[in-house]
Amino acid sequence: MSKRNPDYENSFWQKFAMWCSGDYDPAKGKFEMKKPGQKSKGPNIIGKLMHILAQEESIYASERDKNLRTFNRFYIIVSVALGFLLTILLLVTVSQLPRFGDANAPENNEVARRYIEKGLEETGAVNIVAGMILDYRAFDTFGESCVLFVASCCVLMLLKEKKPEPEKRYDPVNSAILQPAARILVPIIIIFGIYVILNGHISPGGGFSGGAIIGTGFILYQTAFGFEKTGKFLSEKFIKVITVLALSFYCFAKSYSFYTGANHLHSVITPGTPGAILSAGLIVYLNICVGIVVACTMYSFYAAFRRGSF
Amino acid sequence: MTLVQNFPFFCIILSMFSAIISFVLSGRQAKIVHLAMTGLVFVMSLFVLQYTYMTGSSYTYMMGHYPAPWGNEIRIGALESLMAAAFSLIMLLSVIGGIYHIDKDIDKERQGLFFIQLDLLLASLLALIYTNDLFTAYVFIEICTIAACGLIMARKIGRVYVSAVRYMVMSLIGSGLFLIGLSLLYAITGQLLMSPARIALQKIADTGQYEVPMAVIMVLLTVGLGIKSGLYPFHTWIPDAYGYSTTSASAILSSLVSKGYIFLLIKLIVRVLPYKSIPGAQMENILFLFGVVGMIIGSVDAIKDKNIRRMISYSSVAQIGYIYMGIGLGNNAGADAALFHVISHGLMKSLLFLAATGLIDCSGGRLDRKGLTGAGYRNKVAGVGFTIGSLSMIGMPLLAGFVSKFMFASAATSAPIYKMIIAWTALAISTVLNAVYFMRMVLVIYTPVGAVKASRLKRGAQTDIEIKPESGEKAAMLQKGPLENIGIIGISALIIMLGTYSQVIIDIIRNGFALFD
Repeated sequence: MSKRNPDYENSFWQKFAMWCSGDYDPAKGKFEMKKPGQKSKGPNIIGKLMHILAQEESIYASERDKNLRTFNRFYIIVSVALGFLLTILLLVTVSQLPRFGDANAPENNEVARRYIEKGLEETGAVNIVAGMILDYRAFDTFGESCVLFVASCCVLMLLKEKKPEPEKRYDPVNSAILQPAARILVPIIIIFGIYVILNGHISPGGGFSGGAIIGTGFILYQTAFGFEKTGKFLSEKFIKVITVLALSFYCFAKSYSFYTGANHLHSVITPGTPGAILSAGLIVYLNICVGIVVACTMYSFYAAFRRGSF
Repeated sequence: MTLVQNFPFFCIILSMFSAIISFVLSGRQAKIVHLAMTGLVFVMSLFVLQYTYMTGSSYTYMMGHYPAPWGNEIRIGALESLMAAAFSLIMLLSVIGGIYHIDKDIDKERQGLFFIQLDLLLASLLALIYTNDLFTAYVFIEICTIAACGLIMARKIGRVYVSAVRYMVMSLIGSGLFLIGLSLLYAITGQLLMSPARIALQKIADTGQYEVPMAVIMVLLTVGLGIKSGLYPFHTWIPDAYGYSTTSASAILSSLVSKGYIFLLIKLIVRVLPYKSIPGAQMENILFLFGVVGMIIGSVDAIKDKNIRRMISYSSVAQIGYIYMGIGLGNNAGADAALFHVISHGLMKSLLFLAATGLIDCSGGRLDRKGLTGAGYRNKVAGVGFTIGSLSMIGMPLLAGFVSKFMFASAATSAPIYKMIIAWTALAISTVLNAVYFMRMVLVIYTPVGAVKASRLKRGAQTDIEIKPESGEKAAMLQKGPLENIGIIGISALIIMLGTYSQVIIDIIRNGFALFD
């Protein structure tokens, strides 16, 4: 006598037999089928995307115009030809200019003579170039530092992100070669930069070159150790405040100098002893300001391109 | 030296300092600083204008302790101070006229940067107006270029980047040519100050040395500034740059930035480049030709374009053509007319951009003629402003545009006969073409539509690339916009004043231009 399963109705094989004959559906009651396209809650991403694409299409349609393409080809040929023409023209022009280093050239006139002969006496700067750019023509140099300032504002405007990108993605932090090298190099680079800035009125160099050197030091440090460590001493706020302080000091100091100069008033600024570190009137302080602005601008350019924030 | 004589220097330093200090301020504070600074610059420029007009002379101001060829200096006369006052006033009204759109179009964290760029733009324009030194001019041209580029791309939509890149490339080519021209000029004269450079160039021209470099210098300096101001064959960057940036930026770019370069060019022609003393160099005729062609082509392009803001931008090409035609006439009357048109076009163009934005807003962001039907009824102030601007553009009497067209036409009478005929024909054709596209737009915005259709148009299908306002509050503010209306009304009143009391301004320009040399 065969053994009968008392719960035969619910057994696996009975169900299988029933499924084969079509009386039983195991999926019934477990899956919900809905009619498509009734109501879709949540954002309609595809619709929005299509909308944006359609807009872009209408915006850029003119650029896919066939006539325009032909015209563009023509345009390339003409512009290359024009470039060659301009090059030849400029070469011919340059060949007709007075020779470089010619003692009788027009640029060796009374302007240059005074810079060379009286520069040391009037500005107190052994480095005549520093005396020219930071004392004789300081207004132009103030404009130049504002060029850097507006350029960094422009880059920030273009690249600034609300949330800076996480750094782990492409940072070579904890590199066994980079970190020890940076540990040795960064202090030397920064000290050299400070030296170049502080001696700007005595030896070749000055705010622009020294600031660039310090900026590369910061960038090297960041590359080796990551934004987290750099942020401890170069936060966004710190960079902003120090840039503003440097430019404001430049602005006030030079305004005082311009105002007294134009109104023929007595100025408290004196050239001092030529050759000393604290000499040459305002030049050493202005060099420091320019150096700070340049270093901060270089680092903020790098950081903005790297992760969209300082 | 009296206190008033210091004011131009104060204006430049003040605008630069407010840019610097805005770097640590929030967007709102930066806005207040900018508005206060622009107002102060305007008031100070008015004092300087009054002083220079009363004394009837110009003076140089030493920037530092060293006299001119060694140090920097600026030079102030009636014309310069008039331009400074006009530019700061137009900038103030343009910013007020688009103040809610700055809020809406630009992210909060970028607004501070936007105002920094506006501050530096004003500083560079003032420096370009006042400078007497070629290298200072170059430095501030650079600031102006970068700041203008920042203004264009402040609004974060796709097309803006394309136009900003295009602007950057064209503008840098312009500055590059200018810089090369400047270096060549320094190589053959050894001077960067304007008046000594002129004397040296004159001597060279008389002795017949350096013929090729002389011609190249003139071409490079003129073409460089021509590219940057949007002279006809180099105008391709204009429609995108003006057509898609935020309202105030468009208004300021079209009415001020290009005019700063034009003013510098006029200064160069008068003070440095001896256009007349070289018989072979036909610079004036070339400028005249390009100006005339630009007048016609710009208007034709404007007729073809359906987008209202691009239409207004193309009209700028035509108007810049007018100015170059005035310069190209080669007599003082032509230059006076060009300088008057610098101011009147500045006012008209900023009014048109502000009013057009008002009309677009009440049409659900649509920029085409169909969408703008009847917009003049929906936003009455913008409608009236647009109408006044258009009528002035066409040259309706009692408005500023009429005076400048009249001045161009009368300046042409004292030019050679062939130039007179060409100038008159071009003026006539261009006026008709102006009328075609501006009157068509005015008729469209005053075509009545039923109430139902009006409300549908008001909601509008979002065919524009407008970014929706973030909150309901801002949208409500945009609907009302009392401050923006003040901008539109202010500029409209100025246009009518300039049209009716033009003689004062013309006198100042004439006297100032006589002292310019």
